[in-house]
Amino acid sequence: MGKIWRVSGPLVIADEMKGSQVYEIVEIGKAGLVGEITGLDGDKAIIQAHEDTLGLKVGDKVEGTGRILSVELGPGIVGSIYDGLQKSLLTLVEESGSFIKRGVKALALDRNKKWHFTPTVKAGDILGVGSIIGTVPETSIIEHRIMVPPGFKGTIREIHEGDYTVDETVAWLEYEGKVSELTLKQEWPVRKPRPYEQRLAPSGLLATGMRVMDYMFPLALGGKAAIPGGFGTGKTVALQQLAKWAQTHLNIYVGCGERGNEMSDVLYSFRKLKDPNTGELLQDKEIFIANTSNMPVVAREASIFVGITVAEYFRDMGYDVLLIADSTSRWAEAMREMGGRLEEMPGEEGFPSYLGSRLSSFYERAGMVECLGRPERKGSVTVIGAVSPPGADFSEPVTQNTLRIVDALYSLDVSLANKRHFPTINWLTSYSLYTDAVGDWWNGVYPEWANTRTAALKILQQEAELEEIVRLVGPEALPEGDKLLLLVARMLREDFLQQSAYHEIDAYCAPLKAGLMITTIMKFYELAREMLNSGIRVEEIRSSPMVYKISRMKDISNELFEQKAKELWQEMEQELAADKGGVL
Amino acid sequence: MSFSSLYIKEGRAIRKAKGALLIVESIPGVEFNEIVDVQLGNGEIKRGQAIDIGEEAIVIQVFGGVSEVDLIDSKVRFKGETLKLPVSIDMLGRFFNGMGEPIDGGPPIIPDNYMEVNGEPMNPAARQPPAEFIETGISVIDGLNALVRGQKLPIFSGAGLPHNRIAAQIIRQATVKGEAGKFALVFAAIGISYDEASFFMKNLEGTGALERTVAFINTASDPVIERISTPRMALTAADYMAWEQDMHVLVILTDMTNYCEALRELSSMREEIPSRRGYPGYMYTDLATIYERAGRLMGKEGSITIMPILTMPDDDITHPIPDLTGYITEGQIVLSRNLERKGIYLPIDVFLSLSRMMKEGIGPGKTRDDHNNVFMQSYAAYSEGCYLREISTIIGAESLSERDKVYLTFADEFERKFVSQGEFEKRKVEDTLDIAWSLFSMLPERDLRLISEEFVRKYLPKGESGSP
Repeated sequence: MGKIWRVSGPLVIADEMKGSQVYEIVEIGKAGLVGEITGLDGDKAIIQAHEDTLGLKVGDKVEGTGRILSVELGPGIVGSIYDGLQKSLLTLVEESGSFIKRGVKALALDRNKKWHFTPTVKAGDILGVGSIIGTVPETSIIEHRIMVPPGFKGTIREIHEGDYTVDETVAWLEYEGKVSELTLKQEWPVRKPRPYEQRLAPSGLLATGMRVMDYMFPLALGGKAAIPGGFGTGKTVALQQLAKWAQTHLNIYVGCGERGNEMSDVLYSFRKLKDPNTGELLQDKEIFIANTSNMPVVAREASIFVGITVAEYFRDMGYDVLLIADSTSRWAEAMREMGGRLEEMPGEEGFPSYLGSRLSSFYERAGMVECLGRPERKGSVTVIGAVSPPGADFSEPVTQNTLRIVDALYSLDVSLANKRHFPTINWLTSYSLYTDAVGDWWNGVYPEWANTRTAALKILQQEAELEEIVRLVGPEALPEGDKLLLLVARMLREDFLQQSAYHEIDAYCAPLKAGLMITTIMKFYELAREMLNSGIRVEEIRSSPMVYKISRMKDISNELFEQKAKELWQEMEQELAADKGGVL
Repeated sequence: MSFSSLYIKEGRAIRKAKGALLIVESIPGVEFNEIVDVQLGNGEIKRGQAIDIGEEAIVIQVFGGVSEVDLIDSKVRFKGETLKLPVSIDMLGRFFNGMGEPIDGGPPIIPDNYMEVNGEPMNPAARQPPAEFIETGISVIDGLNALVRGQKLPIFSGAGLPHNRIAAQIIRQATVKGEAGKFALVFAAIGISYDEASFFMKNLEGTGALERTVAFINTASDPVIERISTPRMALTAADYMAWEQDMHVLVILTDMTNYCEALRELSSMREEIPSRRGYPGYMYTDLATIYERAGRLMGKEGSITIMPILTMPDDDITHPIPDLTGYITEGQIVLSRNLERKGIYLPIDVFLSLSRMMKEGIGPGKTRDDHNNVFMQSYAAYSEGCYLREISTIIGAESLSERDKVYLTFADEFERKFVSQGEFEKRKVEDTLDIAWSLFSMLPERDLRLISEEFVRKYLPKGESGSP
């Protein structure tokens, strides 16, 4: 046991700490504030306190716990709301009211709740690390698969079906004469990636229901993406959309250093919204980690690692998990603040020089893997990190270091936000390197995907070039062909790329609907070009009722869309052909 | 102050005095962030706080600066407690300085409680999402950037723009539909001129709101270091009024730019590694601990709504002060020098302004069913008009098509009728929406794509639909 030697904000230096290890968790002072050792120097330990250090005294005790920062993994996680250190915030409300008091403990998993465990193996089975021994129905959506924790293997001696708390033994495993007891719960240190059998390349579309992502810049399961954007670009709304509608088994939302009201809005709306696939409440497939901007800075650093570790645990069960981190900039700033207090030599803009490696140690934990143990299964963790660049300037260190790691970029554009074009994902500067990885998936759903996507992006590119000319000579001076292209580009922007997060139907767009929508616009372009050739002016084409009907496509439900689109195509052929006949 | 400690820890060994910091020899038992009295040789007492404690030395930040401190006769006395504000319902109608001491000549406050000025973070799981529309009577705000209870919505202004008049108008007019409720205003003047501070006070007097106001005044001539504590004192008073007295509190903080400047000054005195433009790397977190005290809580009657005012240095919205503020607050009201030059009051930039909590506060039962559609459509049409205005300055309005000319007129009319408003004119939200509809009637009906057909039938003025 040591004692405090110095306190400066969240930095605590303790003396007489011989025998401690780096990243060990300590309890500081009478209140037992949680801290983490980040460095050792002789008998002194450098500690970052995860709680406000107000009122600590020189000479107060500092106690090592002998364990490093870990998460508890077991039934009861799904649907929970945790702080950055995996304390249950709902328990904290019960224990200490509306405000977070210092030193109050709240376990991540409920110790009293009984879960029904059904074994999937029997006595005598020989199991390796990661093998599934049984299941617990955790929520209406998630079946929690209980696995042999890393470090254990052997022959099952005994295993029973029944109702258990997370602490009770459900199975006995014998290896070389030594018997270990397995419970529903395991622990894992947050800074260490969980093991897997083999890493696989990302594949298959992570369907998000957001057209500009799914269709234009698709993200593959197991991929990693960044969403940078200045304030007011709709970053949080876009991320919430992903958390709501992404077609994964489980979503984890890490609110790291962000707004409290928005966090409560997310928590509140997820208790009401339903998953489009299962029809069950969304909170049955979500885990929230909330460390808002006024909560202790140091816990912000931990929150991201807590999130990714939980994600890996569910990946190991064979699930596809999406982790959303909002925002990695706040995470980086927390590192900068601590680096400054430790008087480390700063790198660019005061950020520590290990910023890049710390960011990659997080993003690299995304991926698709073949899981350890039996039965054979694949699981994935997809990571989407928000970046909040100061002054919306993407040349700053966090954005730049992130871009070196991720394979998809959704760049949010202030000028689109000012035009209220949402989502503000800029189609000219965003990219995805996963178009090949999702090719097979799209071929199964909508084989025209690759062609229509390329054609649409080309039109948008041409529009950007024409815009420069328009600024000089005005739209009326363009040739008719270019005017038509501008009209179609505008339809692509307004009737396809723009999507309302708050419209009941438009909020989630099925991939097939997206494909049919873009095909409709392309068919219109084709017919309109024929009309141009027969001498009809763009002015007249623009006033065709079809333009209006196309603009209302968004409001047609996913289920009815295929039929409605075909009707629309027929009508379009008649309408636009009739016009042609009228002139001839 | 309470009398929790029996002994007073006192020290005479001041090693260094510089800027606002004292470095003194360590004394056992000093708490981190403990309050300190620094007694000068002539008996005068200054307040300070221990900001770094260690076995070798203690660093004290002195409110009011270290002028006249000497290293021989001055004494440091540790008070055994952290910075607290004595609070009571009697604070309403009173004036305090940045340290929470009365400056209006009235009697001292008989405290109901002493509250920690830094507050405690709200548990996100205990928050209630803000959803009650506050009618400010100002069209641009109610119609396009609606404010709700529990929100934090700053005004980004520039030197010479009428942010104070706008803030005063909001204070005068703000109401919540169908509810009287207990209302309090907490006003913090941070480093502003005496004239500006008295402008607000005069405005409040006229409306009778003064009895419902707690004011913390730190003018430009007061100690810089007290600017750090002024907003925290104000929010502690707000905490008390909202969570213990069940009141709806509106907090006005002006000017937060001065707060940030003070923070930078202090940071450089502490010889910290600076981040952008010399501001400390923790400025985001520091501002968040102030702004995040806004909100609503489940099971509590009251609410705290914060409206900080800041002047953007050189009108630059990417400057660290507005930038970090924008990342924390739920939107921003941005003033435009361009509109101001055109003589438009309120010169609010429609494109840069935003209220993130708007969607929760509007709609049927709160404002009107068509509100969201009207908002989207006004925005889109005005945006198109402004784009064409930009083009027409190069190619001339004559080269635009007929349709485009309609939009050009729309943009002008929108600024003249919707954005423009009298300083003492209070518009009901229904009137605001109706003004928008009368402007929509200039546009071709099929261009109203963002409005559902039902509302077009219900609200579009009949018989004067515009030419195609």
